[in-house]
Amino acid sequence: MSLTGLVIPLKGGIVMDMKRMNKIVEVNPMARWAVVEGGTSQGMLKAYLQKNHPGLRHSLPDAPAATTIAANVSLHGQGRLTQQYGFNSDMVTGLEVVLPTGEICRIGSPSIGPHWFSRGPALPDLSGLFLGWLGTTGIITRVGLMLYPNKKIRDVELFVTDRVELIPEMLFRLTHLEMLEDINVWFQPKPLMFQDNFHITIYFTGDDDEEIEFKRKKLWGVMQPYIDSRDGGFMSIQYIREGLLEMPQRSIADFADVPKGGGFEYSGPIVPIDHFPRYAAKLVELAAKYRLLYAGAARLISGGHSMMFAVSFAFNRDDRDLMARVKEALEEATEFALEQGGIPWKPNFIEQKMILKKMDPSTRRIFAMIKKNLDPRGIMNPGNWEVE
Amino acid sequence: MESEASCSQNTHAIKHGDIVHRCFRCGCCKFPSDYNDFNCPSYRAFGWDTYAPGGRMWLIRGWMEGEIETNQRFAEIMYACAVCDNCKNQCVFPRFRDALPDIFEEVKAELVEEGVVPPPVRDYFKAVATNGNPYKLPQATRGDWAKGTGIEKFSGPEYLFYVGSVGAFDEVGMKMARSVARLLLKAGVSVGILADEETCDGNDGKAMGQTGLFQQLALDNIGKFRQKGVKKVITLDPHAYNTFKNDYPALGADFQVFHHTEILAELLRGKKLALCERSGKVTYHDPCYLGRHNGIYAPPREALKAVPGLLLTEMRQSGVNAFCCGGGGGNFFTDMLAAGEDSPGRVRVRQALETGAAVIAVACPNCAKMLADAVKTEGLEERLAVQGVAEIIEQALS
Repeated sequence: MSLTGLVIPLKGGIVMDMKRMNKIVEVNPMARWAVVEGGTSQGMLKAYLQKNHPGLRHSLPDAPAATTIAANVSLHGQGRLTQQYGFNSDMVTGLEVVLPTGEICRIGSPSIGPHWFSRGPALPDLSGLFLGWLGTTGIITRVGLMLYPNKKIRDVELFVTDRVELIPEMLFRLTHLEMLEDINVWFQPKPLMFQDNFHITIYFTGDDDEEIEFKRKKLWGVMQPYIDSRDGGFMSIQYIREGLLEMPQRSIADFADVPKGGGFEYSGPIVPIDHFPRYAAKLVELAAKYRLLYAGAARLISGGHSMMFAVSFAFNRDDRDLMARVKEALEEATEFALEQGGIPWKPNFIEQKMILKKMDPSTRRIFAMIKKNLDPRGIMNPGNWEVE
Repeated sequence: MESEASCSQNTHAIKHGDIVHRCFRCGCCKFPSDYNDFNCPSYRAFGWDTYAPGGRMWLIRGWMEGEIETNQRFAEIMYACAVCDNCKNQCVFPRFRDALPDIFEEVKAELVEEGVVPPPVRDYFKAVATNGNPYKLPQATRGDWAKGTGIEKFSGPEYLFYVGSVGAFDEVGMKMARSVARLLLKAGVSVGILADEETCDGNDGKAMGQTGLFQQLALDNIGKFRQKGVKKVITLDPHAYNTFKNDYPALGADFQVFHHTEILAELLRGKKLALCERSGKVTYHDPCYLGRHNGIYAPPREALKAVPGLLLTEMRQSGVNAFCCGGGGGNFFTDMLAAGEDSPGRVRVRQALETGAAVIAVACPNCAKMLADAVKTEGLEERLAVQGVAEIIEQALS
């Protein structure tokens, strides 16, 4: 679990590198699920499916391909299919977990029989004891994961507007179509051509030109009123098309190198989609206050019930002052998100403390109870999700 | 506290030190473009991020800032890099990525300066400095490989055929060199060799950070070539090709350089060699110093495809994504990548086996030896042979 510093041994201990436990154990192409070991990377599953089951895909995140599937689901990661089907952790079809006691435990249908098709239903869903717990309740050694149709054609359109207040409505209309793969909204001041505009990247798939053109026609249709009112329009994407369609989208890392310093960090709370304008305004405010280069990006989740809004700042690792300002800005962003009722995503230990402080006391007690029962000696990723 | 204080005094500077911190550690550097496997030979061999380019970059940063001391362990990790250039091709940052191989080389040069290098590296430097070749064999025997081929000592022909130390002294390399020499003569190419006057090209020494020794060898070779009137050089070895083409010009070299597969492809295109039918399936292994370092992918394939009836099949990692045999960056001699199941040579021959080919065609004597050894270790002698492109062409001569 290498994302957002969650492997930093806050209280000492052993860091486990799972990446050599990387077998793809099983793929059931008809029932569309795969079982992978705890260290299997996103890239390896992608390549394996491309070669052996080209009609199937999994929800690939835009994180580097070296990141593991188990880490991704254990922190409620997202991927290219999150708009359609939810968090990647919603796609889990079973788990094998090593408990702090050393017991190996199977969760969901694999606890009853050999088939990894359901993580819970019709049983009580025990996967919730491990997903989102950032490794504090057990080590995931196997994951069952839903696979989805890999349509033959994938296409993208880019809608641009400068009317931030219209964005929730635009997203509502787009998700009403129930036919789009992924929807992202982004804005950034650099390069200059992107300044002062909001960009909605709309991905869609089809098995033939007829399906693609039908979907294109429908999505153009729902955006037509904004074109007519001159509140926005589709942008020609010829020169960035290849980068937009790449999976994982390597160009996302470019942002890290703008200050020539090899880093960016973001706070990405999960928020209702109608809150987009207030988060956008806060990001710009924070960037000005702390003198930072920013990028804002949002991804829709589960057909628009919520979105992840990433408040991103690039930094130069050689500039300690800049890094300190980024840290302060991100903490303020998290405070803002909690004030607004958002949930910080992939929270680091500081954000975890902020969440637990804000949390309803009864819920916090359940947190403490679960941790105490599963890990009474507090040996698993200590310092994370600790209720004081 | 005491160790922290002593560490902090021990900081290091390298030419590209001001950009080392830009590595994002995204990990793309260790993959091929399609992510189907790991493509960094040292990461593949050891399985720890320490041995991947990103891990090395972070170690280097810690070393530069005095958080890590110069010691044998640090040196072993740096020298386990096979200089295959995959990281340079896969890094997500344009421009920055071009500096990656330089950064690793500069660190090794600093280790040489400090005198902290692994013993096999030290032995390599000593052997080359003393004998002009890493095999510690007498210079007088350097031309023995050519006996019976008919190729003569250079006396002003159009081309110099430079075989390098592996071609001159290693049994597998000598076999390749003889085939190339015979083919060149058969096609009527005007060519000669330096025989006992040839010395090491210095490519691997440079890759191992021994810049002084490299410079001495390079200037010596440049002077010798100039004195003899050498205008065009054909190399057996992509390592020599690489340094002749990319490093020697800055030191005053003014000769043209060709890899032998480029010449063979041209000769076959011009019908200078008549070939007969040879059935079978062959897969081609791209040497890093020919492919990724110098962008030569087509000529060896063109030469193989010129053999009537021969079926050329590709491994799943080929061309710019080819997996290294593990012999680059001096590892051919120093063996810093160990010999386990995941050693690069063994991984590569298993990839070749997947194609169903009976022969791995190679264009580099180092690769030939590494892969031939790996075939034996994997127990595949009955199913896979390793042959130079020139050997395959020669067997198909009518």
